[in-house]
Amino acid sequence: MKKFYLISVILIALLVLCGCSKSSAGSYTVKIGVFEPQSGDNGAGGKQEVIGIQYANSIRPTVKIAGKEYKVVLDIQDNQSSTDKAVSAAQQLVADKCSIVLGSYGSGVSIAAGSYFKDAKIPAIGVSCTNAAVTAGNDYYFRVCFLDPFQGSVMANFAREECKAEKAYVLSMLGDDYTVGLAKNFVSSFKALGGTVVADETFVEGTSDFSSYLQNAKDFGADVIFAPSATTYAALIIEQASTKGLSIPILAGDTWESSVISDAQNGKNIKVYCSTFFDENDKSGIASQFVNGFKSYLNSNATAKTNNGGNDIVAAVSALGFDAYNLACDVIEKAGSTDGKVLRDALAAYSGDSFVTGAISFDANGDAKKNTAYIKQAVNGAFSFVKVQSAR
Amino acid sequence: MDFFAKWFPYFLSGVSVGGQYALIAIGYTMVYGILRLINFAHGDIFMAAGIMMIYLTGVFPVWLSIVFVILLTVLLGFAVERVAYKPLRQAPRMSVMISAIGVSYLIQNTVAYLTGGLTKQYVEIGWISDVVTVMGASTKRVTLITPILTLVLVVLLVFLINHTKIGMGMRAVSKDFETSLLMGIKINRIISATFIIGSFLAAVGSVLYFTNYTGVTYTSGAMPGLKAFVAAVFGGIGSVPGAVVGAFIIGICETLLKGMGLTAFSDAFTFALLIVILVVKPTGLFGEKLTEKV
Amino acid sequence: MKLANKTMNIFFIAGLYLTVFLLDIVPGVPPMLLTVLKKGVIFSLVAVSMNLLNGFTGLFSLGQAGFMLMGAYSYAVINISSSLKPVVYQYYSPFFNFSLTEVLGNALGGFGVVLGVTVSMIIAGLVAAFMAFLIGLPVLKLKSDYLAIATLGFAEIVRALIQLEALAPVTNGSQLLRGFPYFRGIFIPFIIVGICIAVIVLLINSTYGRAFKAIRDDEIAAEAMGINLASHKRLAFVISSFFAGVSGALLAMYQTTVQANTFKSAMTYEILLIVVIGGIGSVSGSCIGSFLFIACSEWWLRFLDNSNNNIFGLNILRSGFRMVVFSFVIMIMVLFFRKGIMGEREISSENIVKSVKSLICRIKKGRCNER
Repeated sequence: MKKFYLISVILIALLVLCGCSKSSAGSYTVKIGVFEPQSGDNGAGGKQEVIGIQYANSIRPTVKIAGKEYKVVLDIQDNQSSTDKAVSAAQQLVADKCSIVLGSYGSGVSIAAGSYFKDAKIPAIGVSCTNAAVTAGNDYYFRVCFLDPFQGSVMANFAREECKAEKAYVLSMLGDDYTVGLAKNFVSSFKALGGTVVADETFVEGTSDFSSYLQNAKDFGADVIFAPSATTYAALIIEQASTKGLSIPILAGDTWESSVISDAQNGKNIKVYCSTFFDENDKSGIASQFVNGFKSYLNSNATAKTNNGGNDIVAAVSALGFDAYNLACDVIEKAGSTDGKVLRDALAAYSGDSFVTGAISFDANGDAKKNTAYIKQAVNGAFSFVKVQSAR
Repeated sequence: MDFFAKWFPYFLSGVSVGGQYALIAIGYTMVYGILRLINFAHGDIFMAAGIMMIYLTGVFPVWLSIVFVILLTVLLGFAVERVAYKPLRQAPRMSVMISAIGVSYLIQNTVAYLTGGLTKQYVEIGWISDVVTVMGASTKRVTLITPILTLVLVVLLVFLINHTKIGMGMRAVSKDFETSLLMGIKINRIISATFIIGSFLAAVGSVLYFTNYTGVTYTSGAMPGLKAFVAAVFGGIGSVPGAVVGAFIIGICETLLKGMGLTAFSDAFTFALLIVILVVKPTGLFGEKLTEKV
Repeated sequence: MKLANKTMNIFFIAGLYLTVFLLDIVPGVPPMLLTVLKKGVIFSLVAVSMNLLNGFTGLFSLGQAGFMLMGAYSYAVINISSSLKPVVYQYYSPFFNFSLTEVLGNALGGFGVVLGVTVSMIIAGLVAAFMAFLIGLPVLKLKSDYLAIATLGFAEIVRALIQLEALAPVTNGSQLLRGFPYFRGIFIPFIIVGICIAVIVLLINSTYGRAFKAIRDDEIAAEAMGINLASHKRLAFVISSFFAGVSGALLAMYQTTVQANTFKSAMTYEILLIVVIGGIGSVSGSCIGSFLFIACSEWWLRFLDNSNNNIFGLNILRSGFRMVVFSFVIMIMVLFFRKGIMGEREISSENIVKSVKSLICRIKKGRCNER
């Protein structure tokens, strides 16, 4: 029984500690919840998204509501990339009385949390959850990125037009809604554009030997490989494709614009393309300003740099995180309120164009209206812009 | 000839995968043979060796790092046994197994914390990372080295078990734990030696494995660990040659299945094979029959 | 005296449920508390069901996540509302074109909805139990570790199969399922879990339960006493899986979505840790263990992830630190509190009164003659 008391004492102490740690900062604050994976399968991507949000917060630490300066406090909760853990993370954000929530990387957790945000009447802005089901049927979920069907058809168009591919080999991860969904959309678009898909294969989580898959692609005589996947597997795929001496290009979705990919491609004779959300050389200058600012932020902040993979390559999701934060601040200022319902209506009516990833306004579902994607290629440890690609 | 040209690359990668599973599987099988413990943390020790290599090469030259990695991994394996398993020697077997799960949790979470959960690119180790072409299939040189090195190490290990004093101790302890204690065998020393050998092989395995599959992340150890474990059971847990044969069979079957286009089934196949072998011949291919004592 | 104890216990449980009910209806209760209670109660059901196998029958099974998966999917696929079907099955044409709860709800009104949910939860349990029956035929012949590995392997196979393209019209492949009815409050899950646990406790105290314990303590002796090993083991396995399936359905409701990815072997390990922390062979221990486990991992330790809480300029607290601390706590529990919180004892009103009395004594005098 003594042990039991000891444990209870420890637990109570922890509880007290926990209570103490939540001190309020300043009199006028507004809380923006960040609902992102910091561990689990999508932990790496989630972290890069968070850095973008934190950078935005460092530039724009306050908002003006009805003439008063409010300090913006970020409340970052880890959803552990798992739908069963995501609920309590979402509930923590609700409990902390966040005015608006940003996130998440990965659609599954966003869908799981969506109904909780909806019940609590807290509007949420999806940063890079590309699955159509996130916003469908949920008035309180919006998003700033484009959707899987769009992205799949963009890459299919690119494969047909630029790579002149006739035969495509498609590889996705079993059980991962993002990659499988993207692959399906690619397959249907690629076929519609007159190409043939020689094989649509899946690998299971934890796979590290991709040489058999790549050998299959070779045997089928594919002209292009479409392999959207988490960056962990992407690095292995690129490495092993290069070992196999494959000369055909590898295409993927937005997750591949990450330093992990450019590092893996560095020094290898293999073409890697991915679709992404922004172009740092656009005319308005917002994107290039963001890229420069973000790079110096990464170089001055050791933790952020570690979380970014130890270098200053700007991931597409960081840009989206940056935009989502600015969008949230704009909306709060415009609505002049921190009330969820008011903010939701303001979001639905919002339209603005000062964003890194292009103008943002929402359709009836709450999805940002976007019709262009940018294609980038990993070359020598960095990404270079290839072209603006629209879907047909 | 066409048939050969098609299947040879798969066979080659199967042999390489099998060799890497084998090096991990030996660690499982030896520990099980002696402690009757499924050391769930073994796969994570393997992963930790990979991470250590990446951090060490930032400071030391590659050859020195390999030496340090092997030393540190052995130390880690030794420490895990002393801290997490030794205090539970008299406890029910389930407690020890749970402790192993706990250690696995701890190692994974610590690495996730230190690396930030990101995939780290493994270092290129000069000669063995080079790409070579064998009969029309291009691969890394490590693919060819792995099975050879594995066999050499296994022969050495079998020699150690059969012809040295510590090997004799190991055999005695695995036959009968209590009696060997009464016979004056220093059990703790034998068990530590087992963990040291297992971790040494895991460290060597990690160098070979991650040279081939260059991304290391905190979950990298889980799947190879599980597969190696299946291999150990398949070959007859407790038997070193069994583990090696099992590992090669599983590695080759897996890649051939993928080659046939049954990619989604390759994992399910491994586990189905496990269940079938457990039901048909629970002691595996080479396992010794245990007699039930009343 | 015995009767009095029983009444006390009933009062104790009634009081517990009254508290839960009040928590549910009184506004201003921290939502985090409700979430943790809701998840905790679901995990206590699956932990108790695992305990029935591991603690009371001595069968070391690690297939719990697989059975939960079966339950969760069975519940979800027959209940997705027809209006949401096209959105959910965006790439496939759904195999089940109806929603059981909706059909019954339209026919019988509010009662129909309740009936539909109840029936689908029972179906969820039955599907899991049926799978357990099938897999149990070959697997239950195995002993201890081998059984553990075989069931673990089975859970992985189930997960791989569910995600297959060929089954996608039913399971939606790798995409997740949503749009099925779920509970908002915590009271109904508590009631459901309460009934299930009560059934398990009755079972444990019945002839069957005593046979289970005999098998756990000594298989050979039990067989000599005339207990049919195979049928009793199968019974325990099937019943345990039934309740794992029900808790899977409850977890699906808690998440409001189902995805096979959630039910990895890591989940089985978590449940196993709950059972061990609570005490192998104690039903109330498993319940307490699950609440503590969930609260610790998902609530109380969250501040460790927040880098704003760093003091002295040390950069220790950042995301991921929570899990490191948590796994440390677990290691300490496993190494130093080997019997878990409750050991093999059970909480009853009598025990509580006793321990509260002795605690008061100790605080007052520092000496107490009751022990």
